[in-house]
Amino acid sequence: MNLRRVEGIVNVSRRDVLRGGTALTLSVALLPALPGCADASRGGAAAPFEPNAFVRITDDGIVTVISKHVELGQGAHTGLATLVAEELDADWSQIRVEDAPADAQRYANLAFRLQGTGGSTSLANSYEQFRTAGATARAMLVAAAANRWGVAADEITVTAGRIEHAPSGRSAGFGELVAEAAQLPVPGEVRLKDPADFRLIGRPVTRVDARAKSTGTAIFTQDVRLPGMLTAVVAHPPRFGATVKSFDAIAAKAVKGVHDVVAFETPVHRGVAVIARDFWSARKGRDALKVEWDETNAFKRSSADLLAEYRALSAKPGTPVRREGDADAALARAARRLEAIYEFPFLAHAPMEPLNCVVRLGDGECEIWNGDQLQTGDQAALGKLLGIPPEKVKINTVYAGGSFGRRGNAHSDYVVEAAAIAKAAGLTVPLKLVWTREDDMRAGFYRPMYVHRIEAGLDRAGRIVAWRHRIVGQSLVAGTLFAPLIRDGVDPTSVEGVSNLPYAVPNLSVDLHTTELPVTVQFWRAVGSTHTAFAVECFIDEIARATGADPYTLRRELLAAHPRHVAVLDAVAERSAWRAARDRNRILGLAIHESFGSVVAQVAQLARTDAGVTLEKVFCVVDCGLAVNPNVVAMQMESGIGYGLSAALSGAITLRDGIVEQSNFDDYPVVRIDQMPDIDVHIMPSTNRPSGVGEPATPVIAPALANALAAANGRPVRALPLAAQGITLT
Amino acid sequence: MISLNVNGKVLDADVEPDTPLLWVLRDHLGLTGTKFGCGKALCGACTVHIDGQPTRSCVIPVSAVTGSKITTIEAIAETPVGRAVQEAWIAESVPQCGYCQSGQIMSATALLASNRKPTDADIDAAMSGNVCRCGTYLRIRAAIRRAAESLA
Repeated sequence: MNLRRVEGIVNVSRRDVLRGGTALTLSVALLPALPGCADASRGGAAAPFEPNAFVRITDDGIVTVISKHVELGQGAHTGLATLVAEELDADWSQIRVEDAPADAQRYANLAFRLQGTGGSTSLANSYEQFRTAGATARAMLVAAAANRWGVAADEITVTAGRIEHAPSGRSAGFGELVAEAAQLPVPGEVRLKDPADFRLIGRPVTRVDARAKSTGTAIFTQDVRLPGMLTAVVAHPPRFGATVKSFDAIAAKAVKGVHDVVAFETPVHRGVAVIARDFWSARKGRDALKVEWDETNAFKRSSADLLAEYRALSAKPGTPVRREGDADAALARAARRLEAIYEFPFLAHAPMEPLNCVVRLGDGECEIWNGDQLQTGDQAALGKLLGIPPEKVKINTVYAGGSFGRRGNAHSDYVVEAAAIAKAAGLTVPLKLVWTREDDMRAGFYRPMYVHRIEAGLDRAGRIVAWRHRIVGQSLVAGTLFAPLIRDGVDPTSVEGVSNLPYAVPNLSVDLHTTELPVTVQFWRAVGSTHTAFAVECFIDEIARATGADPYTLRRELLAAHPRHVAVLDAVAERSAWRAARDRNRILGLAIHESFGSVVAQVAQLARTDAGVTLEKVFCVVDCGLAVNPNVVAMQMESGIGYGLSAALSGAITLRDGIVEQSNFDDYPVVRIDQMPDIDVHIMPSTNRPSGVGEPATPVIAPALANALAAANGRPVRALPLAAQGITLT
Repeated sequence: MISLNVNGKVLDADVEPDTPLLWVLRDHLGLTGTKFGCGKALCGACTVHIDGQPTRSCVIPVSAVTGSKITTIEAIAETPVGRAVQEAWIAESVPQCGYCQSGQIMSATALLASNRKPTDADIDAAMSGNVCRCGTYLRIRAAIRRAAESLA
């Protein structure tokens, strides 16, 4: 439909950046078939110089970095490109980034040994790998120049993309040397720079995706358009565990533009799909569809009922996670005991881009276009569904409009659903599966519900002598490809943050009750820390209040064996003027938590007005090792605080008789601009290798805020979200 | 067949009159810079200008805008305000995932087109209909201020 006209509109900006004959012959509709093509260069006639899987330099001087990590907003493309550009001594303006194909041999996440993005590992696992890729390319360009000029390689310098031999006054750009460099053997070993010589690492270089994302030209899954492509909109059952009994497609098929209506079933989703020429026809068809659901095995319980069960379970010992000393005995003889139960709801990820996937089934192969967070898992799941080898699944990774974990589904749920629908309909043309916001919010894969029960024993001086901690909730990894993480009956993602509790407690016992529900669950930004940090940090403040201790001083004493924690605590105390006088305009709450190798402390600053309590400012200090791009680190601290704040204030997916009560941003409200506090970010100077930044700020804001509210109101907060406790900020 | 004036061009689309403008732009005219986020005018990702007014294109039927001038993110740089906003967005490193930013930029451009010196309250009022799950709000505010200064 109007493709020729479309070309005239859309192609203008691309024509400037795409060089070379082959690129110009691509139709606009096919452009997304080359992920990142608007950013990358394939150069002119000469063969490109590709010394390894991560770098391609073309004769136009453009350096294309091949990213093994999807860009979800976290800045991975920029960070990985910075590592290459640094060691290559490239000029930042000559750098482009494209997404790697699915190939775990070349593009595995070294932290997981499969190709995927998550756990805030993108830079941490690539730090040496991508620098080495750049250094290798540099060494070969230098060798090519030395050969051409007949000079010694060690007399050659490279600065901002210029290769120079000062004694002879000769110089060249990278592009002039690609043909010769490509003929040279790849050196087995290269020397990486001394960090003191870094020119790009540690600087706030402009993000490589900033312009495309400010001009509407960045291509997300939702934007992929292919010749002949159809769109599917689905009807999922209203309850978990329900199946399709029958459906009447007469009215749906009468909608103009509807091609077909098919039932589908995958290991985790079932339903009926309406396939049409475009989204709106499919959506109208879906609304006209009549489906009768078989609810024989449907889950019909409610959140309140589950909560009561979880609370009861928390009173009993569970599977041991960690034992130090004898917490039971120490509690029994403690001079004083404190107990608190903390409750957490299911949470939806609710990324701005509702879930979607484009799939094309071929003969013995298939191809998808997706903001893909778990390529190896998606290849395996699609291979299994279609009966083809995983390597016959081609994945075109494009920008993801947020994810927060959702696109890294261990069952490849929505990806497999797209393929199952195409298969059921016998399609060979491409099919774009589009979930509406309501589908996205109601189809499961939530951060699980959890309950924590913590009991502490204090001696007569108020010192902690025992800490007994029980956690109740579903496993994120059971029944998935990550199930081998479970050891001795404990899913480490359920207990992280408590299993490694840093506070010095002489008698510690941590137990886990793993529940099983048909409500599907998934990694959610910061994973286990989303609940463990809250429970631990709020309970520490309860102990401080009970003993008259200062929350900062108490933490500092209990963390004496953890110098990184102490340094971060001291820094946040200094920046927030923790020790200075407080009044109704300056009520402070503190929390600190380590996750993904980084330590984050935050102080939430509240002010009381006649209208209520306002969250005015958040002080955030992070030790994330060396900050490859301090601006991206600051962005991720701000982002984590905003995301965690949404969950703290109002985030809750609740079930009533098994039906999800939320559907869209009206009943699942998220933070908007007028609710965003000012944020002061401080990055601790560090020469350690980089650790996580995408997630670690997220779990800290809720306990910092809760502790400030407790300071303001004198009542502890023991359940989230705050709105469900009748607490709203102004 | 419905005729629309989009970004200064008259374009035809073979769609039903109740089709929301968003889906005509995206699926029929290939203008994919305008995003689908909620379908209920709750998130602002689909914001375009209808005769200069910021409008949620996901709920307005195409039949209601056949006589109007429609501007999308693809053409907003053709106005001095739109160009200033986009450059400010880049200078302040606003986008993260970027999915909401077309809508944010369209709302911010409409604000600055009618109010060259917006207060914080003005910014809140004009921008609170646009959701960003990456939490780029502080930088959005800074970018609007920067754009306002560059236009002064």
